[in-house]
Amino acid sequence: MSWEVVIGLEVHVQLNTVSKLFSGSKLSTGAEPNTQASLVDLGLPGTLPVVNREAVRKAALFGLAINADICRHSVFERKNYFYPDLPKGYQTTQLAEPVVGAGEVEIQLAPKGNKGGEGEKKIVRIHHAHLEEDAGKSLHEDFHGMTGIDLNRAGTPLIEIVSEPDMANAEEAVAFARKLHAIVTSIGICDGDMSQGNMRFDVNISVRKPGEPLGTRTETKNLNSFRFMEKAIALEVERQIDVLEDGGEIVQETRLYNGDTHTARSMRSKEDANDYRYFPCPDLLPVAITDADIEELKAAMPELPDSRKARFINDYQLSEYDADLLSGSIATAAFFEAAAKAGGDAKLAANWVMGELAAKLNAEEKDIADSPVSAEQLGQLIARLKDGTISSKIAKQVFEACWAGEGNPDDIIEAKGLKQMSDTGELEKIVDDIIANNASQVDDYRNSDDAKKKKKIGFFVGQAMKATQGKANPQQLNKLLQEKLQ
Amino acid sequence: MAIDSKVVAQVAHLARLKVDPQDSDALSNRLNDILAMVDQLQQADVDGVAPLAHPLDVTQPLREDVVTEPNIRDKALEIAPAAEDGCFLVPRVIE
Repeated sequence: MSWEVVIGLEVHVQLNTVSKLFSGSKLSTGAEPNTQASLVDLGLPGTLPVVNREAVRKAALFGLAINADICRHSVFERKNYFYPDLPKGYQTTQLAEPVVGAGEVEIQLAPKGNKGGEGEKKIVRIHHAHLEEDAGKSLHEDFHGMTGIDLNRAGTPLIEIVSEPDMANAEEAVAFARKLHAIVTSIGICDGDMSQGNMRFDVNISVRKPGEPLGTRTETKNLNSFRFMEKAIALEVERQIDVLEDGGEIVQETRLYNGDTHTARSMRSKEDANDYRYFPCPDLLPVAITDADIEELKAAMPELPDSRKARFINDYQLSEYDADLLSGSIATAAFFEAAAKAGGDAKLAANWVMGELAAKLNAEEKDIADSPVSAEQLGQLIARLKDGTISSKIAKQVFEACWAGEGNPDDIIEAKGLKQMSDTGELEKIVDDIIANNASQVDDYRNSDDAKKKKKIGFFVGQAMKATQGKANPQQLNKLLQEKLQ
Repeated sequence: MAIDSKVVAQVAHLARLKVDPQDSDALSNRLNDILAMVDQLQQADVDGVAPLAHPLDVTQPLREDVVTEPNIRDKALEIAPAAEDGCFLVPRVIE
């Protein structure tokens, strides 16, 4: 009997406020160490925290985006532990009364099989999401046996989103993580730059035989890319199954995944787990969120990925899966819409944005916002494809040239003489020449049955494409060849 | 729950307090007295009473999201036992 995998996620989302959660220190990455750490962030005695209104607003906005209840009197608590990058000796976080209560997120899975069907959809429940501060950074290298402490990050506002264990494999977990990324970037509460740690994923994994109670889970921490998350899950699932099938037991522990070596190691086991001794923070009063606040937030809610997806399906007749992919990031969605408008063909625009453009951006590790080919340029290319000026093969060549900065597609087509041959007379002459010069192939073709003819016509198409440098209109050429070779 | 010297040692460890084993019994007794009082409190009927996070009947004033704090690194590092390259230095910690 096979194993069933149960996955839950804890996701830390860094809010993109200007200042910190409890102090007026500047929030930005890449600053010199400790230049953005105030008396409050340093945990000096006698200082008091004051809550950032915008952080509360952004947390509540997330709650509304996932249809969660918003806590009207949310409470900050102290989570006590000692670590040098946490100078106060406690993290100010939330436990019993988090800002965001239970909600849900719908994920779209890829279509299975080649039938062109739709992929499955699934609901992942959110247990809650709470506001908390980040710790500083410990630097273990470069300090000759000592540890360096940089407190610029201390006090950065985070929301921690805790899911129910509703995911059954890596694909679902990644789809969920991507969806959260789409939501928080669409509502503008997080910059979403994974390489900067703007979103960090902790994955809880257990396995069991179907029908049995939940197995012991482990937590793999701090995964900061979707790819690493997928690989880390596969690795941990395999490890747990191996242990159990060898008659062993899973130990509840925290594991750290190393993406470079594709290995994971145990960080700490439950036995020496901290007792965090939570209690309500006496320095902070409950934070009130009123009906008026909520109405104001709802009125200001930007377009959510789900409504954008529905709009794409409706307006552009895209499949659910394509619409999901294109609506996931605001930048991609905007690019697609602009290209579809400029090119006059949404399906072609969708294919190009998800195909050629995505591949090229991936290969050069570029963001769509930095694409050398603009949406308008891609639109122009699509327009030329659509009106038959160029073939799809030539279109790729034009795209490459445009990517390399050789100008607008129209100029490139003109300058390189890439227009599809639309003059039937000219093409006819070329076809006649080929037939005249390849008598044996022509005889062979004429003596073949229909199935073989279909294959053998390729030779003539190839010759004609060579003679026209790929500019012949494929449909026109095929038709002409079939007539002449009869 | 009764507190014995083992629990005292554990709590002291969590709080990073140095407790002389010699004082352990006396501490256990005092902590048990405190817990006895808490037990008495636990008997109060609080059905339908919302937990109170703070004795004041007011809510948290919020701060506008603006930068108000200057860079005080030089002063902060000056009072640290050890510092280098803009970082505080502490004995090596790694999990």
